[in-house]
Amino acid sequence: MLKEKRKQQQSLHKRHSELAMANKQLEKLSNGIFANGELPTFSEKIKVSNQFPLRPKKLEILQINLGYMCNQVCEHCHVDAGPDRKEIMTRKTMELCLEVIRNTSAHTLDLTGGAPEMNPDFRWFVDEASKAGIQDFIVRSNLTIIRANKKYHDLPEFFKNHNVHVVSSMPHWTRGKTDKQRGEGVFDQSIKALQELNAVGYGMPDSDLRLDLVYNPSGAFLPGDQASMEKDFKKALLEDFGIHFHSLFAITNLPISRFLDYLIASENYEDYMYSLVEAYNPAAVKNVMCRNTISVSWDGYLYDCDFNQMLELKVASKIQHISEYNEAILNDRKIIISQHCYGCTAGAGSSCQGAVAD
Amino acid sequence: MASQNYYDPADLKKFGKISDWSKELGDKFFEYYGKVFEEGALTAREKSLIALAVAHTEMCPYCIDAYSQDGLQRGITKEEMMEAVHVGAAIKSGATLVHGVMMMNKVNKLEM
Repeated sequence: MLKEKRKQQQSLHKRHSELAMANKQLEKLSNGIFANGELPTFSEKIKVSNQFPLRPKKLEILQINLGYMCNQVCEHCHVDAGPDRKEIMTRKTMELCLEVIRNTSAHTLDLTGGAPEMNPDFRWFVDEASKAGIQDFIVRSNLTIIRANKKYHDLPEFFKNHNVHVVSSMPHWTRGKTDKQRGEGVFDQSIKALQELNAVGYGMPDSDLRLDLVYNPSGAFLPGDQASMEKDFKKALLEDFGIHFHSLFAITNLPISRFLDYLIASENYEDYMYSLVEAYNPAAVKNVMCRNTISVSWDGYLYDCDFNQMLELKVASKIQHISEYNEAILNDRKIIISQHCYGCTAGAGSSCQGAVAD
Repeated sequence: MASQNYYDPADLKKFGKISDWSKELGDKFFEYYGKVFEEGALTAREKSLIALAVAHTEMCPYCIDAYSQDGLQRGITKEEMMEAVHVGAAIKSGATLVHGVMMMNKVNKLEM
């Protein structure tokens, strides 16, 4: 039992799990119920509503993954992040990114990871990037990093000084559900971190310092209505802990990496794929995030989204690396899709900014 | 019949097919059903918990399957779900016991 628990605290890569390999995940997503015709493939589905091939709209969001290292090992993590992952963006690649940030037409810069703050050049990069005057500068913070070590304690002040928009994960307003998904003690540390962010002004009503939370289900089910969930989260966090935040983004767990591993191990894979396909919403396809986003990996390669990055599906363009970045050429690409894409088109849709259907 | 069981979890996915043999009534039912569960004087969350309790008193495996999942999707906690089931159980047992008054009335009338 203990051995099993320890194993769960390691990434799939560290465990040498077959599912650490992108091609094995893609195989799983293309075989079985999708190969035998029980369920339509994603391309078949979007063909019905004349949305194939999926093409980009205007670029709005540049999402940069600063590395897969993280202080947490969440059960659902699509990055397979953890303390044992060593893939970290170098300053040299960051310099290439800065060149792009200074010239991009995107209005949003979105830094993610792992825990982006664990990159040794994180603060330098934020310093430099904030000078580019991007309208919305997001850092995806897992909250516990703020409490993990003394050297991170001043992050709320640092974020404030750079007018960073903080987006943080919070799977539930109860300890049990949060710790089950994200690890023991995560709930208490997250609450403290949120209170510290509130203390410097983040998330307070009428404050310009934006603090949004990300909810994703702790299990093999889809997220409920984003607006109702936000109401419940706000009420519970305020009543129980005096915490304020601005918006809640409800995000569907995509069947890749550790969440795929969980679905298979818990014998929920087929039912989950059925739920995603049944909840398919063509209106969500219109605004799916790969249509207005470019995702950059720690080593500078370009992807349609963070999920395709984890599946090692580089953009279908002659431009595939940040060093040769050209927005016009990139925007002329076809977006690479597979069955994991059903995760972004279920119900009200799902993206790093939450629901997408109008 | 493919299944050897009266109840098959896969049948829940086929619920919509009841319209195949009576489209008008089926469509009207699903429209009504959808309307009932919309936010109204009661929240959709409260309705989900009522549905879960009734699913148990009706001992409908399909409904228990559906509303356990619906509850999770709405962020309803296990404790809330179990309390709802107890409400159903209390009404069920109360309904049995309150008939004891009928029994007492009858006995009292017949006995000298």
